[in-house]
Amino acid sequence: MKALGKRLSRVGAYCRRNPKLVSGASIILTLVLFWLIGSLLLSPTRAQPISGLPDQSPSLRYLLGTDNNGRELLAVMVVGTGLTLRIGILAGVIGLGIGIILGFLSGYYGGLLDTVIKGIVDVLLTVPPLAVLVVIAAVIAGAMTLDSMIVIVASLSWMLPTRTIRAQVLTMRERAYIQVAKLSGMNGLEVIVKELMPNLLPYLAASFVGATAASILACIGLEALGLGPQSLPTLGMTIFWAISFSAMLRNMWWWWLPPIIIIATLFVGLFLLTAGLDEIANPRLRRKM
Amino acid sequence: MTVLLEARNATKVFSSGGFFKRKETVALENVSLSIKESSPSITGVVGETGSGKTTLARLLLGFIAPTEGKVLYKGGDLQRMSRDERLEFQREVQVIFQDPFEVYNPFYKVDHVLTTPVAKFHLARSKTQARKLIEHALQAIGLQPEETLGRYPHQLSGGQRQRIMVARASLLKPRIILADEPVSMVDASLRATILENLRKLNQKFGISLLYITHDLTTAYQISDNIIVLYQGSVVEVGDIELVIKNPQHPYTQLLVASIPVPDPDQRWGQDSATVLVSKTPVKVNRGCKFVDRCPFGMPICGKDPPPLFQTDGYRAVRCYLYKDASVIAGNAIGKDVGPKR
Amino acid sequence: MKADILQVRNLRVYYQTSLGPLKAVDGVTLSLKPGERFGLVGESGSGKSTLALALMRLTKPPGYIEGGQVLLDGLDLIKVSENEIRKVRLAQIALVPQGAMSSLNPVMRIKAQIIYGIRDHLKKMPGSALEERMHELLAKVELKPEMANMFPHELSGGMKQRVCLAIAISLSPKVIVADEPTSALDVVVQKQVMLTVGQVQESLGVSILLVGHDMGLMAQFVERIGVLYAGKLAEVGSVREVFKEPLHPYTRLLIACPPSLEEKGQFKGIPGLPPLLLNPPSGCVFHPRCPQTTSRCSVKIPSLKEVYPGRWVACHLYTEVKR
Repeated sequence: MKALGKRLSRVGAYCRRNPKLVSGASIILTLVLFWLIGSLLLSPTRAQPISGLPDQSPSLRYLLGTDNNGRELLAVMVVGTGLTLRIGILAGVIGLGIGIILGFLSGYYGGLLDTVIKGIVDVLLTVPPLAVLVVIAAVIAGAMTLDSMIVIVASLSWMLPTRTIRAQVLTMRERAYIQVAKLSGMNGLEVIVKELMPNLLPYLAASFVGATAASILACIGLEALGLGPQSLPTLGMTIFWAISFSAMLRNMWWWWLPPIIIIATLFVGLFLLTAGLDEIANPRLRRKM
Repeated sequence: MTVLLEARNATKVFSSGGFFKRKETVALENVSLSIKESSPSITGVVGETGSGKTTLARLLLGFIAPTEGKVLYKGGDLQRMSRDERLEFQREVQVIFQDPFEVYNPFYKVDHVLTTPVAKFHLARSKTQARKLIEHALQAIGLQPEETLGRYPHQLSGGQRQRIMVARASLLKPRIILADEPVSMVDASLRATILENLRKLNQKFGISLLYITHDLTTAYQISDNIIVLYQGSVVEVGDIELVIKNPQHPYTQLLVASIPVPDPDQRWGQDSATVLVSKTPVKVNRGCKFVDRCPFGMPICGKDPPPLFQTDGYRAVRCYLYKDASVIAGNAIGKDVGPKR
Repeated sequence: MKADILQVRNLRVYYQTSLGPLKAVDGVTLSLKPGERFGLVGESGSGKSTLALALMRLTKPPGYIEGGQVLLDGLDLIKVSENEIRKVRLAQIALVPQGAMSSLNPVMRIKAQIIYGIRDHLKKMPGSALEERMHELLAKVELKPEMANMFPHELSGGMKQRVCLAIAISLSPKVIVADEPTSALDVVVQKQVMLTVGQVQESLGVSILLVGHDMGLMAQFVERIGVLYAGKLAEVGSVREVFKEPLHPYTRLLIACPPSLEEKGQFKGIPGLPPLLLNPPSGCVFHPRCPQTTSRCSVKIPSLKEVYPGRWVACHLYTEVKR
């Protein structure tokens, strides 16, 4: 018990010294709570069209008003936040997963495998992701679901994690403790999992956050263009509908402003989180624990 | 007389540069040495930067392959070992590295470097037995398990960390320990204990030691025989007392003369041993590598590399000054130039 | 009796940590005469590098100078303004730092780096005069003139060290502080570089404070020696006297440590571990490892006393000589 208390106080002391990490995490946590508590208090059907009177400005009945199709915007925000987070995290996980596998293998084993993977990554990185996504989404058009969106976005988010991880592995591969591990009888896979990965946790975390942020941005971009899942009240789609129905001209600020605020908040949070993780990962930025 | 680890005329050339400007560096040239099973000895390998001693270590461990020549373990080529042979090799040949900090994975406690080989080489049948084995090894080195186990590397001193590495090497009861500058990054006051530990490993357990260093004095204290490397070639080899007390190769003489003796009454003179420019203005392409710094340079030195001449019962020198002595055939060192005992 | 060119009085340099101040240098007093070679020997953690930087007032946070005086020809370097100390550095007191070879700017040619320092101090000097001076300096440290146009990576370790030496003497300072200048060099190059340093010192008449851990090097090079342990001086005296008759038990062990080329023998070390500077032992900081410790040693901190003329020891085994 005492040990736990000691651990927590050390964590607390570190948090005081790394305000970016803490504030970033708090922002994200607030949004998650917003979604969770909101989902408990509001029924998700209220985010569907014709669940309320259309074009209502905020009142006690409709706290954030309604849009042109009668969707209650507070409910839309809650549901939309949840969906956006889900997209981000799933795409981030897929991107990171591929990145880990390819990055570690190519960095550690080198040789032909490395040349091939590195080549593919370098080529794909030059492809403008949004353009490709727009084309793919336009082709799928009506059949776009949330999951297909996640897969499409993730398919272009794995390259940067692969490269970052590979670069890190290359520098760590020649370290003395890796040689000691090999001399102690460990084979390649064991070295990767037991010796390299634990030391790369900050980088993996930073890559994950980066991939998540990129995915969310891509999704919102696609949705705002109208290429997202049409029937889902995601934040991006809300913006699309707001644009289509001239919400700005009609002074319906409760329609276009809330999604923008939430998206901005989300990105500020992700940015701070990345900066905070960078501080852990890069010892030169790190202040002594 | 089984030969355990052997390098036969090993040469290693590193090529660098791009497609058009390939640069070739000869890191090691025609080096032979052998460590036998029956007479566990301590062999010092002394050389400065660029001498090739690190390359030699990596060749002997199989981390790199020789460009020419072979490196053999129990007669088998290191580069062509099966998985089982490799495991046996790893168990019987252990290493102690120079940097006592870099060898530890900062994520784990120091126990990790001790428990991993025990597990991988099946040295114990249960966790308690493993723990006992580790504690014994630490105590044999003079460390208290309570003070060292359970700590992170940065919580221990360099000397302690290095001693844990020695304990790790002894755990596996190897036949050969390759120590690459084991004390150069450790404080002078702690060096003695580590060197004493290594010496005990040799005497008590019959482990042969290859002590690689640039420090001639510690090499003298611990080794039975010595190999002096200069720019990738063996310039002098043999019994340590002979080589140190009566160095014959001009480079060995230079090395011995350059060591700062801790006696204010024996100061360095402005002697000729620090000659920077040679007497033979020959571009060294073939020939002895030391010729541009050698005060005794002769015309033949610039033309052909000298072979090893055996000048004493247990010593050989690669220098034309001794061309009247008999040449050791094929650079073979071993039977003729071995430890006294 | 010439006046001391450098006087360090009760210098204290601490490091700020979350667990309190770490006393890296705790009350060091020593003096240097003009043209003298003084060696400060200590192991890692003794505070010698901290001391060397503090003399130049180059201590970086979390380190800070807690107190004391550093009198260079009467001028207290600790108290002067930032502007003043910048004029003094290089011109009056120069540093050859540890790892000097990697402190050369890799993208500047050698000649530019040497001129850089001079130009900052002697702003009025014309370009041609600077070039000439630069060539003079290269010759003094036995480097060929064509090396002026080279980049650091084209030079060997020994040559780079000579460049650092050339920079240090460029303004003919009164004192040069050399912090382990040869620790990364091979033993043959070390001898060559140290002999050059010696020649330069003699021809310029500059005082040298050589900081290091190699007792052999100290014996070969310095005239007087101070032994540093855990931030405090244990013993000071002429190098011959200290080696022939070491007074402080730590000095005795230090001298016995290095193995010799004379004969094979037992390896001698110093038992125990270096002290934790955050929580040093009570009384004499060496007493847990001392073979001659008495009951007084764990209670009272011994002060540095002059037991013979010119011989100082901080140990309860010795009493002060009555002058």
